[in-house]
Amino acid sequence: MASPHPNGPRPARLTAGSIGLYAFLVVAALFFLLPLYTMVVTSLKTMDEIRLGQIFALPATLDFSAWATAWSGACMGTVCVGIRAGFWNSVAITVPSVALSVFIGAINGYALSLWRPRGSSLLFGLLMAGGLIPYQIFLYPMVRAMANINLYNSVPGIVLVHVIFGLPLVTLLFRNYFVSVPEELCKAARVDGAGFWRIFFEIMLPMAVPMVVVVSMLQFTGIWNDFLLGLVFAGRDNLPMTVQLNNIVNTTMGERTYNVNMAATILTALVPLAIYFLSGRWFVRGIAAGAVKG
Amino acid sequence: MQSAVSVKDLKIAYGDHTVIEKLSIDIAPREFLVLLGPSGCGKSTLLNAIAGLQDITSGEVWISGKNVTWEEPKDRGIGMVFQSYALYPRMTVRKNLSFGLRVAGLPKAEIEARIGRTAALLQLDKLLDRRPAELSGGQRQRVAIGRALVRQVDVFLFDEPLSNLDAKLRNELRVEIKKLHQSLGNTMIYVTHDQVEALTLADRIAIMKDGVIQQLASPSEIYHRPASLFVAGFIGAPAMNFIEGSIELKDDGPAFVSKGLNVDLAGYAFQAPPRGGPATLGFRPEHIALDGAAKGLPTLIGRVSVVEPMGADAVVWFDWADRSLSLRVMGDVALQPNEDIAPGLDIAKASLFGADGLRL
Repeated sequence: MASPHPNGPRPARLTAGSIGLYAFLVVAALFFLLPLYTMVVTSLKTMDEIRLGQIFALPATLDFSAWATAWSGACMGTVCVGIRAGFWNSVAITVPSVALSVFIGAINGYALSLWRPRGSSLLFGLLMAGGLIPYQIFLYPMVRAMANINLYNSVPGIVLVHVIFGLPLVTLLFRNYFVSVPEELCKAARVDGAGFWRIFFEIMLPMAVPMVVVVSMLQFTGIWNDFLLGLVFAGRDNLPMTVQLNNIVNTTMGERTYNVNMAATILTALVPLAIYFLSGRWFVRGIAAGAVKG
Repeated sequence: MQSAVSVKDLKIAYGDHTVIEKLSIDIAPREFLVLLGPSGCGKSTLLNAIAGLQDITSGEVWISGKNVTWEEPKDRGIGMVFQSYALYPRMTVRKNLSFGLRVAGLPKAEIEARIGRTAALLQLDKLLDRRPAELSGGQRQRVAIGRALVRQVDVFLFDEPLSNLDAKLRNELRVEIKKLHQSLGNTMIYVTHDQVEALTLADRIAIMKDGVIQQLASPSEIYHRPASLFVAGFIGAPAMNFIEGSIELKDDGPAFVSKGLNVDLAGYAFQAPPRGGPATLGFRPEHIALDGAAKGLPTLIGRVSVVEPMGADAVVWFDWADRSLSLRVMGDVALQPNEDIAPGLDIAKASLFGADGLRL
C-alpha cells in the first residue's frame, strides 16, 4: 500500500498497544471501585440477604432502613443513638480546627517568608520534621499539658491539639508559597505606606486564595479522618464520627449488622469525599499556583 | 541651592561583605540622575537605601532638606517604580493606583481626582477596571509609573523599569518617561544597566562599579571625556578601541608611541602637564576617519576583517598589529573583507589613560 501524502492534521491511529492500555485502565478502575460497590450494595440489603454470602450480588429490593439505623439508631455498647451525634461532634471539632490552623499557618508562613535569618534552612528542616514525627510520641506529654490547662476532654482542647499538630505543615506550605511572591511587591506596598498586617490581608492573602483552598482541604480531610487524637483528647461527650463508627462496628453484642456498619462507614467518609468532588478544580489550580509566579 | 536628594557618607554592609563604602552624592531639584553600572555594582542597593527599603550601616539620607535616614519609605516623599512592575495582582488598576492613597486615609473625592488626572496623563482611562494579568507589559509598567505619580511627591525612583520590556516598547516608554520628566519637573533617580537609557534620559549619569561612583557627569562628558578606563570601556557600543603604548616627551612635544604608531599629542587636552610613561590610548569607532590620510591625520594601516551594516551606519572591524579595531562609517560606504585601509585618528577626540587607569 502506498503511504498517503501527509497533509493537514495527523490521523488518529488506534493500535493494539493503546487498546491494551485503555483496557488495563478500565480494569484497574473497576478493581479499585469494587470495595465501594460492595459497601453500597451491602448497605442496601436486609440481613437475611447478606447471610446468603453473595457479596457482589445486587439487592433484591432497595432497603434504606440500614441507613436510617446507622444515622440515628445504631448501638455503641448499650447506647443506641446512631452516628448522628458523632457527625455533629466532628463538625464542631473540624470546622474551628481547620479555620484556626489555616489562618495562623498563613500568618506564620507570611512572617517566615519575610524573615530569613542565618540557619533558616535548618529551622525549616526542623519544622518539616515536626510535621513528620508520629503523633503517638506526643500523646502522653500532651495529655498532661492539656490536663494542666484544664482543656483535657473538651472541644476547645481537641481543637487546640489539631491546630498545634496541623501548624508545621500548613506553615511550611504557606511559607513556600509566599517566598515565591516577588520581593518587590512587598517593597511597593511599603512605599505605599502599608504595614505588616495590611500587606498580609490586602495583598498576600487575596493572592493565596488557591493555596488557602488546598491547605483547607488537606486539613479538613486530615482532621475529619483523625481517630487517635479524637479518641484521646475529645472526651466522652465529644467523640468524633470516626471514633463512634469504630464503636458501632466493634460492638460485640448480638449479631453483626453488616448493612448498618456499611451505611455508617459510607456516611462517615461522605464529607471528605464530597469536598474533593466539589473542589477538585480548586485543588488542581492551587497546586499549579505553587509553581507559577505572579 | 538646596539639593532634592542628598546621600552623605553612606555605608552598606552585610556582615563582612561591604556593598557600598562611604558614598556621597547630591542631586539637584528637577534633575534626572541615572545610576549606571554592571550588575552587582550596588546601584539598586543605593536606590533602595534612598527609598528606605534597605537597612544602612552608617551615613545619612536627606530628601527635600529633611534628614529621612530613620523615616519609613512612605514618609520620605518618594514614589518608586520597580523592574517587575510589582502591581498588586488581585486588585484592579484603579485599586492599584489608589492603594497608597487609601492607606494614607485621603478623602474619596481627592483620590478620585488624582486617579483621573494620572490616568489621563498616562492614557490609562480605559484600563482602570482591569486586573494586571489582563494588561500587556507596557501597560503594566505605565500603571506602575501611575502608582508613583498619584502620590504627588517630589522624588521618583526608578529601579530598571524598562528591563522586562521588549526593545520596541522600551524605546516608546523611554520617550514617555522623558516627556513626563519635562512636563512634571520632578527629581528623578533612575537605575539601569542600559547605557542607551542612561545617555538619552539623564541630566547627569553616575557610573558605579563595586559600590563606588567612578564618574558623575553629563552624558556628553561621560561619552567624550571618560574619567577612567572602566568608564571608557563601559560606555559606547561598539566599545572604545584601546591601544597600549607609552607617552614619550620629545623636543617638539609629547607623543604616544606603540608598535610603529607615533601620534603627536599636540592636539590632546591633558588634564595635567604630560609626563612620560606607559599609557593607553582610547578612541571611539566614529573618531577614526576612513579618509584620515587625506586630512593629514596619523594613520593606522590595516586590513578589513568584518563589516557589520546597521542601516544608517556600518561598523568595520579591521586588524591592526594583531588586534581588532572598530571603525564607524556611513551606511552607504562599500567595503569588502580583506580590503586594505588606512584610516586616520582624530587625537583631539581621543582619550589617554595612565597606568593607574585614570584619564591623563
